[in-house]
Amino acid sequence: MKAVEVIGLSFQRPRQATPILDDIGLDLAEGETICIIGPNGAGKSTLVMCVLGLLRYAGGRVAIAGDDIATLSRVELARRAAYVPQGAHSTFAFSVRDIALMGRTAHFGSMSAPSSRDRRIADEALERTGIGHLRERRFAELSGGERQLVLIARALAQDAPFIVMDEPTSGLDLGNQRRVLAMIRELAQAGKSVLMTTHAPDQALNLNCRVGLLRAGRLVARGPAAEICDQPTMEALYGTPLTRLTNAERKGLAAYIPFL
Amino acid sequence: MRSLRAFPDSGWLLAAIALPSIAILALGSLMLGRYPLAPRVVLDALTSGLLGGHGQSVDAASTIVLMVRLPRVAAALLVGGGLSTAGLAYQNLFRNPMASPSLLGVSAGAGFGASLAIMAGQSPLVVETAAFGFGLVSVGVAILVDRAVGVRSIVTLVLCGMVMSALFQAFISLLKYVADPTEALASITFWLMGGLGKASGLDVAFLAAPVLVGGAILLLCSWRISVLALGEMEAAALGVDVAATRTIIIVCATAMSAAAVSVAGIVGWVGLLVPHMARMAFGLEPSRLTIATAALGGVFLLCMDDVARTIAPVEVPLGVLTAIVGAPFFLLLLLNSRRRGWA
Repeated sequence: MKAVEVIGLSFQRPRQATPILDDIGLDLAEGETICIIGPNGAGKSTLVMCVLGLLRYAGGRVAIAGDDIATLSRVELARRAAYVPQGAHSTFAFSVRDIALMGRTAHFGSMSAPSSRDRRIADEALERTGIGHLRERRFAELSGGERQLVLIARALAQDAPFIVMDEPTSGLDLGNQRRVLAMIRELAQAGKSVLMTTHAPDQALNLNCRVGLLRAGRLVARGPAAEICDQPTMEALYGTPLTRLTNAERKGLAAYIPFL
Repeated sequence: MRSLRAFPDSGWLLAAIALPSIAILALGSLMLGRYPLAPRVVLDALTSGLLGGHGQSVDAASTIVLMVRLPRVAAALLVGGGLSTAGLAYQNLFRNPMASPSLLGVSAGAGFGASLAIMAGQSPLVVETAAFGFGLVSVGVAILVDRAVGVRSIVTLVLCGMVMSALFQAFISLLKYVADPTEALASITFWLMGGLGKASGLDVAFLAAPVLVGGAILLLCSWRISVLALGEMEAAALGVDVAATRTIIIVCATAMSAAAVSVAGIVGWVGLLVPHMARMAFGLEPSRLTIATAALGGVFLLCMDDVARTIAPVEVPLGVLTAIVGAPFFLLLLLNSRRRGWA
């Protein structure tokens, strides 16, 4: 049994001729990471929402640990899949610890409050992501990179085997990008299945994971990043000529940048 | 502020501290008025009245305390607590620090219902019932129109609420325009400015059911309601049944504020202001914040009502007073918010 299985997934907005997602199929084993790479508007975020059961898809099936997510309650789903959104903003001055503790929501009764065990798990998650010292700070005051780590800590506190990240490195500087990627690798090593979206093929090469190339709602290629992310494929995906940067000391790693 | 935040760590401890304070404040309020009463007299009246001192001669002091001031004090606590708790839930649901209980049109609807009943020359009980009913109707229609529009977005619901508010405000103006200026118009205008001058024991019973039941439900759901402040998608991904929680909030908040408005008239600012005061003083821990909001709301409105009935020979309309005090106070909070990062 696969940890996560997506079969023939399609999504269409009402009164629109072309589907936003068309016949998407992918699967993830335990401890496996998959990067969904694609240009803006390819449907990456929609795919994330559908896989999490946050958008009702028109056709197909998403199964986590063998169960169709359409048959799972919100609480059951939250215990199996955690969501790391693309940045977050809170209306009120929640502390970092408040935000991490909200990851425990699916683990206590709908009319109760977190126990001391829940608080301990949330604190441990913050320590694991290396931001325990920010506990008492206000979430809204943190930098983008710190906030991303808090959201990852919240997903850890949620204690789900499957973590879905929507562009976890967008808007982060290079140091924070590395930190978040290292965290993702660690999660995978700890047995979590991770699905993340990104614009940058170098991140998939860095993680040495499988990729799925998403273009106009269709998964146009799937496979190991090293095989799929070659120059002609990337140029075709983004529809622009690119330069491939490599370094002899970092075998298997490459970055693609546009040029004028 | 930090020490205050750290001190009552559970909501229950806070409640244990708040209740005696409220009791003392209520006792003080019973002493105040056109005929000031000594604490001793008030306590005697209360004990003889509540412990069933039948057969004793009913003196003027007991009548004032039991029939006039006690219902009024109880009504002030319930109206203030109810409006504030409803406002807190709405600010989370709509992710908007400026949300107030009247957002979905309950006040305007209730105002229309009351005006209509006053014009028809009905009794106070009918006026109250009409206010309560039209308050519910206004919110109900807003929800139905939102469903009909079909875009599952909280913004659409807010817009529908604004439309209902505007419509019922216009209907109120129309009623005022055609009302008999010597009788009905004066009563309508007075009712709309809010006040607890006519609060009776029956009013307290009418308030207590929705406010206490609704408040208890909102307290029980307070964790989930606070997670909703992250936004619907994130809350759902964290395991919150967003549609169910939203329904619970709207039903409870509407019942609570409709009851409050039907007894007290339009009393603005409380539901907007008090949740912010509570957040600043007691932090964001959901159950503690809910209890603090309810307690502070009751205390705030009780103090306002004490001022309303003692500051001048004639009673100052309560809604006018809460606006005069609330609006600058809110501005003060806003100026402070920069430093404290509260909003």
